[in-house]
Amino acid sequence: MDPATLSILYLVILMIFLGIELISHVPSVLHTPLMSGANAIHGVVIIGSIIVMGEATDVFSMVLGFIAVILGTLNVVGGFVVTNRMLEMFKKRQ
Amino acid sequence: MDSILPILYLLASVSFILGLKMLGSPATARRGNLIAAFGMGLAIFGTIFLYKGHTGGHLHNLPLIFGGLVVGTVIGMVMAKRVKMTAMPQMVSFFNGMGGACAALISLIEEANRDMAMPHDPVHSLTVIAGLVIGGVSFSGSMIAFGKLAEKIKDLSFSGQQIINILVLAGIVVMSAMFIMGSISGLTMLLVLCTLALAYGVLFVMPIGGADMPVVISLLNSFTGVAAACGGFLYDNMVMLIGGILVGSAGTILTIIMCKAMNRSLFNVLFGGLMSAKAASGTSRAVVGNIREVSATDAAVLMAYAKQVVIVPGYSLAVAQAQHTCHQLELELESKGVVVKYAVHPVAGRMPGHMNVLLAEADVSYDKLVEMEEINPEFATTDVVLVVGANDVVNPAAKTDPDSPIYGMPILDVESSRQVIVMKRSMKAGYAGIENELFYRPNTSMLFGDAKKSLAALVNEVKAL
Repeated sequence: MDPATLSILYLVILMIFLGIELISHVPSVLHTPLMSGANAIHGVVIIGSIIVMGEATDVFSMVLGFIAVILGTLNVVGGFVVTNRMLEMFKKRQ
Repeated sequence: MDSILPILYLLASVSFILGLKMLGSPATARRGNLIAAFGMGLAIFGTIFLYKGHTGGHLHNLPLIFGGLVVGTVIGMVMAKRVKMTAMPQMVSFFNGMGGACAALISLIEEANRDMAMPHDPVHSLTVIAGLVIGGVSFSGSMIAFGKLAEKIKDLSFSGQQIINILVLAGIVVMSAMFIMGSISGLTMLLVLCTLALAYGVLFVMPIGGADMPVVISLLNSFTGVAAACGGFLYDNMVMLIGGILVGSAGTILTIIMCKAMNRSLFNVLFGGLMSAKAASGTSRAVVGNIREVSATDAAVLMAYAKQVVIVPGYSLAVAQAQHTCHQLELELESKGVVVKYAVHPVAGRMPGHMNVLLAEADVSYDKLVEMEEINPEFATTDVVLVVGANDVVNPAAKTDPDSPIYGMPILDVESSRQVIVMKRSMKAGYAGIENELFYRPNTSMLFGDAKKSLAALVNEVKAL
């Protein structure tokens, strides 16, 4: 295994533990906004769609890439806005 | 110059970690979400302007990229702003599906553009295939979950479905292995694999009961995270890798926590529907007895002269948008010196925390919302419990009937209180489709009608006393 792959493996395993640690002690009240927030964060997949779109040269890749960018944006924008709307409800109390 | 993008990616990754951490506490949650969103913006615009491919060139097609961003932003904004609070869960599922589809499309394009002259690279293939399969399953599964929560799709399981599910899954595994080893390749085969993955997503979610959809959405959420991480491997892109893995692991833990709240295993939630397909019908005991109806006037008298009233909110409260009226009733009762509390079951509504969000919207104070473990011992000293459209979470069958599908789920012990008033539209069974013995208990009376109208009537009656 080359050093680059190995360091990625390190990163992945440490991230798995970090993810578990971040979520483990959350009150059930916040499960829904948390799920929604996490949903928005995996919208980071949009970066991949921007890269394929930006490197596309044929029509097939351009069409699919364009759709991928739209879907990825939907995930990001929709995810963060919905989460924010849910959390607005909590804010008033403070 | 070349180190700016990695630094932006690092900032974005830190913002995701901080964001997730802050989402875990009510005081910081909103800021956490905004921080993560800001980080996402950095990563997106950094990529557009600073990314350099293997050949060292910047990205092309910028007008199309911006076009896609604008279209997606407009649609996403409109959908997210317009959706009612009650429909939030299916909205999350929908956006999750979009992310899955995005990951699957990236894999399709990658494979279509692969340089056939290059030697076969199993690691590259593995990430492409994993992104496609996981993204595809996540997409179609999320769409089915979306349809189920919107009550457009019914639960469906047919005889022999178990075998078909296993065959489809086996097909996916075999084809994926062949791709990775390089014995098959090309877009056509990839499309076949993609179709199989989409079909599996549908078959996988179809038999799972609507009440279990939150768990499924949470699981598919972590799937999409993993699919995004595959893209990270593909492009050696750290922010995709970190964001994806983080959500993959956090989502898995969240899924398990949600299962625990229902006292069930993940396996039981995911495959229980399939197992019971054969042994269905005749599972829950027939309930016999009489129900007692109560008028709004009588119910108001009972509550106004009580020492303590506990309100148990359920999904119908959300549907009727009755949270404000419910808060009014609480204020009226308090002005008569009654102590009012809300008992919130962890899975009341369609998602954990659904009720808290709704009641918070109506300005109900946070310390009046009491969680199940704390309120259960209090029911014995409570005069009146008002159940507003909750059903399965107060069904004693969860404790007494081992054949019941909800057996073992912790419930609110409302029956130990002196008087239970159940507000319901009709005698229809709850979301899990099972009879509720509680309605036939001697200390239970029913107040039929739409939750909002009934609550408004109660407010007026209490005022008039």
